[in-house]
Amino acid sequence: MRKLLNTLYVTTPESYLLKDGENVVVRVDGEDRFRIPVHNLEGIVCFGYMGASPQLMRLCTDNNVGLSFLSPSGRFQARVSGKVKGNVHLRRTQYRIADDIGDSLNIAKCFMKGKVVNCRTVLGRGVRDHGDVIDCDKVRYADSLIIGNLLKVDDCINPDALRGIEGNCAKFYFSALDELILKQKDDFFISERNRRPPLDNMNALLSFLYTLLAHDVESALESVGLDPYVGFFHTDRPGRASLALDMMEELRPFLADRLALSMVNLRQISGNDFLKKENGGVIMTDDGKKEVLGAWQKRKQDKIVHPYLKEKISVGLVPYVQAMLMARFLRGDIDGYPPFFMN
Amino acid sequence: MMVLVTYDVSTESEGGKRRLRKVAKECVNYGQRVQNSVFECLLDPAQFAKLKHSLCGIIDEEKDSLRFYYLGKNWKNRVEHFGAKEGYDPEGILIT
Repeated sequence: MRKLLNTLYVTTPESYLLKDGENVVVRVDGEDRFRIPVHNLEGIVCFGYMGASPQLMRLCTDNNVGLSFLSPSGRFQARVSGKVKGNVHLRRTQYRIADDIGDSLNIAKCFMKGKVVNCRTVLGRGVRDHGDVIDCDKVRYADSLIIGNLLKVDDCINPDALRGIEGNCAKFYFSALDELILKQKDDFFISERNRRPPLDNMNALLSFLYTLLAHDVESALESVGLDPYVGFFHTDRPGRASLALDMMEELRPFLADRLALSMVNLRQISGNDFLKKENGGVIMTDDGKKEVLGAWQKRKQDKIVHPYLKEKISVGLVPYVQAMLMARFLRGDIDGYPPFFMN
Repeated sequence: MMVLVTYDVSTESEGGKRRLRKVAKECVNYGQRVQNSVFECLLDPAQFAKLKHSLCGIIDEEKDSLRFYYLGKNWKNRVEHFGAKEGYDPEGILIT
């Protein structure tokens, strides 16, 4: 299995990234703040309005290092990608399947099952671990509604029906997720998912984590030679990485939602790490972001046994493994796409 | 694996100074400078072979010396630091 390398997060707004030999150098006010050999990195994520030299971009593309630029609030803005790599036959197969409504619906169902099952696991774990302090009946009721929808996934005959099921499940799931927030109830609550802008602290935290996840999934898809922009469930739209969004569905509960919950419950993040703006939107402060980035990086280094491969990998490699399995499925090496079911 | 690279290059002649600069430059490409002629490099075996090959090509074995210390995967338990110029952990959290 491939080794998980590190990701460099640049949050100082006035920094400039440049290449020196084989090094990535972060320069602030003409002074070199940080340098690291490029072969230690998997990706570079920049927040804010920093610049990067063209030579650095070249260095990144040559070494398969993902270079992304996000707005200070964590919204994706741009990424630098090199030559299109991988196998043209694989990509053609991907496009053919994406064009076929029936085939892509079948794959979309896999994603959706993965997502719903993983959502249920998050809820089930909450009941098991904290059954004495939370309103178990409410969570179990939401769970039963989700099961009802899960059973209907296989009968869907068109993508719109599947979207309906997704919407229902998400509604029940997020309403129950509020119960699993055990500490700091005044600052963190979630009644429904909202974004652009997120309207409360918990939604802001989730949005930020999803952006980080999207960056990783997109790089993973690209590294196995798939086109992240052609999805099976999300429709094509310029500038939208639809396949990355598809694949995120099943990974969100395990990689992002649970991290958000434990950060709140362990008081790793507090209400002071968020700012409310005039338009009602909530953004995270720089300190808050650093805290989340730290927790995210740490989480990625945890080891799990992948349920399908039965191999010990870092959590950060899960998107890569799923992308690889997707490529194998499209090539016809395996009969179906196995979604990631966490345990 | 983590490899500690240390060197001593004789700078008595003009050629020695040139070799010193070249060795330092090559080491910077592969790792972190922790002290003046001491580098910590996190490498895979292929990268290490490349580094070793190029460094051995630069030095003059009559006058200079080069040492590699293999700290392996659990290198964090084997390194202690005191004083100024604390380095970063290439496997840790990198935020600037």
